[in-house]
Amino acid sequence: MTPRITLAVAARVLRQLRRDRRTSAMLLAVPCVLITLLWWMFRDLPADRFDQFGPGLLAMFPFIVMFLVTSVTTLRERSSGTLERLLSMPLGKGDFLGGYAVAFGLVAVLQSVLAVGISVGLLGLEVQGPVWLLTVVAVVDALLGTALGLLVSAFARTEFQAVQFMPAVVIPQILLCGLFVPRAALPDVLGAVSDVLPLSYAMDAMSTLVRTSDTAEVWSDLAAVLAFTMAGLLLGAATLRRRTP
Amino acid sequence: MPADAVDVAALTVVRGGRPVLTDLDLRVPAGQVTGLLGPSGCGKSTLLRSIVGVQRIGSGRVTVLDHPAGSRALRRSVGYVTQAASVYDDLSVGENLRFFARVLDVADAEVGRVLEVVDLSDRRDQVVGALSGGQRSRVSLAVALLGSPPLLVLDEPTVGLDPVLRATLWSLFHDLADAGTTVLVSSHVMDEAERCDRLLLMREGAIIADDTPGAIKERAGVDDVESAFLALVADAEGPR
Ligand SMILES: Nc1ncnc2c1ncn2[C@@H]1O[C@H](COP(=O)(O)OP(=O)(O)OP(=O)(O)O)[C@@H](O)[C@H]1O
Ligand SMILES: [Mg+2]
Repeated sequence: MTPRITLAVAARVLRQLRRDRRTSAMLLAVPCVLITLLWWMFRDLPADRFDQFGPGLLAMFPFIVMFLVTSVTTLRERSSGTLERLLSMPLGKGDFLGGYAVAFGLVAVLQSVLAVGISVGLLGLEVQGPVWLLTVVAVVDALLGTALGLLVSAFARTEFQAVQFMPAVVIPQILLCGLFVPRAALPDVLGAVSDVLPLSYAMDAMSTLVRTSDTAEVWSDLAAVLAFTMAGLLLGAATLRRRTP
Repeated sequence: MPADAVDVAALTVVRGGRPVLTDLDLRVPAGQVTGLLGPSGCGKSTLLRSIVGVQRIGSGRVTVLDHPAGSRALRRSVGYVTQAASVYDDLSVGENLRFFARVLDVADAEVGRVLEVVDLSDRRDQVVGALSGGQRSRVSLAVALLGSPPLLVLDEPTVGLDPVLRATLWSLFHDLADAGTTVLVSSHVMDEAERCDRLLLMREGAIIADDTPGAIKERAGVDDVESAFLALVADAEGPR
């Protein structure tokens, strides 16, 4: 990897995003709007359910949005020939993946700061742990989405297929992450599956932060999510071949 | 510089389960404009991809500027124009070139120079997606010219261009060759053959002629390369 090239890739991806006003607006606004919608849904219910579901959504949105944006943009790069051209130049695979991760990581910071800010500041989400750590978890979730998106883009031939990976890869994680049924209450087999899915750890970190000010568990969950992210990026690098059939 | 910029020996490539190139041998002399001509689907792009080092090959050896094709040492020395204009549609012409210049570690001043060469200086701030097809492919060509690499591999760079512009580009290729650059250009338009110093005629994954346009026509006893190509094909199929 060469920092000059990694940063050039990141700057170029960010510039492309800036050009695409609609995507940028959606990246930043949609999570905030959906969180507000959720808050509104629970408003007239007696128990404070927003505190129960809010953290889950904060973990999910950055993950889903980044997964989709990353898989489609990198696939476009593969199919347009620009990736082939870049790989004939002195660009390392790490520069390509790292550049994307840096660019989307920065977007994720912005997105998460907005979503957490609105949840805690405006909608009254009660958080026992430090709010900044909530933001860190959201950012790492977004990076996880980016890493998985990079990975699946290697297995998709068309943008249409890439979008199909969303129900296949993302929805099972949402169902099993503990948002609907607490992970401890899942049937044994599903509980075991949920233990190897990255979003479960993101979700655990979020709900611990909301419940208690003790952050020890949060850090270990965060480490698990980061490990999945790194594994995703490394696998993504392995699927990125200079020579293609 | 070596006498041959590219040396391909016994190259076999299989794509999608079918052999595309079988046991191919050829050389591309340095400092000349070599045309790779043949009908659509005969394997031109596959051969060029093998030379650039982005094609997975079955067997054989491809040597480029004395290094194995695709090796790290070559990544600044080979300018490659893919058949589809591989530039970012959502960025401006200048932004595209500045990005690739940064990847190649060449000075930003190069951007102005290559835009001058492909005659797009006045389009620098225009978004590539808003350019015409011919203008887009010239942006793609400009990227390949960044840093003046000693070998240019150009996959059908003149397709869809008007005759005036085509003539301009061919004279550009010759100017580059005069300055020592090796230019390998593919085309399926036979009338472009006359403009090359040397020709590689290709058919169904095999090279059927490798000579100067004049020698190829003379041997076939005809006046144009297209007839020569047809005569060679008839010969190859000849008395079975
Ligand atoms: N990605 C691919 N997977 C499988 N087979 C391929 C692929 N690309 C090309 N081929 C096959 O390889 C053969 C040669 O293709 P190639 O693109 O090299 O032809 P070409 O001479 O460049 O044609 P054209 O002038 O139309 O660009 C064709 O028969 C084609 O079907
Ligand atoms: Mg081709």
